[in-house]
Amino acid sequence: MVLLLAITAGVLFASAIYMILRRSLMKILVGLLLISYAVNLLLFASADLIPARPALVAADSLLPPATYADPVPQALILTAIVISFGLTAFAVVLMRQVYGTLGTDDLYEMRCTDVPCQEVEIASEEELLEEPL
Amino acid sequence: MIALPILLPLLFGILSLFAWQSVRWQKTLSLAGATAQLGAALWLLVTVQQNGIQHLPVGSWPAPFGIVLAVDLLSAIMVAVAAVVALVVAAYSQVAIDPPRVQFGYYPLFFFLLMGVNGAFITGDLFNLYVWFEVMLMSSFVMLALGGERPQIEGAIKYVILNLLSSTLFLSAVGLLYNLGGTLNMADLALRLPRLESSGQVTLVAMLFLVAFGIKSAIFPLFFWLPASYHTPPVTITALFSGLLTKVGVYALFRVFTLLFVQDTAYTHIIILVIAGFTMVTGVFGAAAQTDLRRLLSFHIVSQIGYLLMGLGLFSQPALAAGIYFMVHVILAKTSLFLVAGIVEKMDGSFNLKELGGIYSARFGVALLFLLPALSLAGLPPLSGFFAKLALIVAGFELQQYPIVAAGLAVSLMTLYSMTKIWNEAFWKEPHDPAHRPAHKPISAWLWVPTAALVLLSLLAGILAEPLLNLANQAAAQLVDPSIYIQAVLGAMP
Repeated sequence: MVLLLAITAGVLFASAIYMILRRSLMKILVGLLLISYAVNLLLFASADLIPARPALVAADSLLPPATYADPVPQALILTAIVISFGLTAFAVVLMRQVYGTLGTDDLYEMRCTDVPCQEVEIASEEELLEEPL
Repeated sequence: MIALPILLPLLFGILSLFAWQSVRWQKTLSLAGATAQLGAALWLLVTVQQNGIQHLPVGSWPAPFGIVLAVDLLSAIMVAVAAVVALVVAAYSQVAIDPPRVQFGYYPLFFFLLMGVNGAFITGDLFNLYVWFEVMLMSSFVMLALGGERPQIEGAIKYVILNLLSSTLFLSAVGLLYNLGGTLNMADLALRLPRLESSGQVTLVAMLFLVAFGIKSAIFPLFFWLPASYHTPPVTITALFSGLLTKVGVYALFRVFTLLFVQDTAYTHIIILVIAGFTMVTGVFGAAAQTDLRRLLSFHIVSQIGYLLMGLGLFSQPALAAGIYFMVHVILAKTSLFLVAGIVEKMDGSFNLKELGGIYSARFGVALLFLLPALSLAGLPPLSGFFAKLALIVAGFELQQYPIVAAGLAVSLMTLYSMTKIWNEAFWKEPHDPAHRPAHKPISAWLWVPTAALVLLSLLAGILAEPLLNLANQAAAQLVDPSIYIQAVLGAMP
């Protein structure tokens, strides 16, 4: 079981990194989604996965059963899912904003904060204006 | 109530949400909130300094099981400096942030950012640290993109993608560490990790933490998002980010590499030291090539991170103390430099060094406000940067780490070079275009008074170097001996 989870998480990580390294914003978004799934699986596997009873304490006892499944990672995953949901929602809106402002989802055309490219910026805006609507 | 630095920003954030319609109310609330925050932070600092490490089991769950908040001297110092920066930026924002940005939630975001930052400083639980990081990041994402100008959007996309990736790495590292240690309480982990047989796995996880926090604190070679995004929002937001965000990453590195990952310092801390050297050098060379004031200063943030890491990488009590004092120094100096850059832009309408000029003859006071923190950053005596670098370099000599000492000294010189460049271009030279002279219109007191106060504090940090270094030394003493922290959080040592 652990081996299966490990392979799945590994494949997810690999595909996510491949997607994140691409130029298109949409593909990067898919990559970010995949990597958050991969981490959730990793968290899930971080407890020893054993066939055991849930960590519920019986009414007449102070201790959980002798072998019990560790509930902490599941709580962590729940938190992580909620957080990554919020962040992904923001990323989607931001990418939509990017497309609305820049008219492209190609990262290669978003270099103006890295290199001085006033000329490029003006040219691309003119191109945008010339484009038939 | 050590949770006050988290609760106060939360309260004022919610209050500003209620005052969503009224720009004036939000501005008043921001000043009140930041002042209250500063009071709480100073009270916390005094308490921790006198009574030792404070801790609070949240929800009364006993320490290793529930989430625990723990404030040692390092956390208290960081919370206090963050509160100073917050108050100054809140005052500066009164006129520097345009009303549309206020209407779209600048102040609630400001408070939630502060809440995330403080939470990260005072939590004693690794997963909780992740949560606070996300609170902080979410606010910073929106703050960066607020306004939606083209450069902002371009900068934000890079910032968001790389920081999301770093959070993911952080979370994977937390998962792996939970698997190894079986707990997420930092004190408990510090107790259990040295007993593990597989120290190789611990080192592996340590490296994962180094990469994750490294992206957030902009170390070499992971810093590229910073100069690509920090110069795009209004300068107030940049000042806030430069004072707080990367420093949270450095704080997290200080925390995990003094408390948790100290088994194999010959390996991990040497790597940190090498990275520190490269971070200093690349940052300052990057700055030398810039002609935009904000981009130049952004590269300097990277360069200064190198010095902070140097304190951590040397890993002795004097070095850590020097690192902590350096952190205080650099937060004050860097934030005031960005605020001065904002005033320059208000006077002259540009951040481009080629277009700027003549500020010195137009306004001597503004030039002075720039000169003091700039020289402090370069490390000239009697300013705070001199004492910070002196302490670091003495610590380096004691441990005979000569290459990093040489790098530190050379980078100081380069820092002086790029500060002189700004001075010559923006302040001293006459503008090429005589029509393009800085306007003589009065500068709002909301702009220059907070900036001057911060510069004055930075001066004081230099004059009061000895008491501050003593305080930093006490904080470092708590860091080099994890048993103090463990005992404070878990009670008696098992």
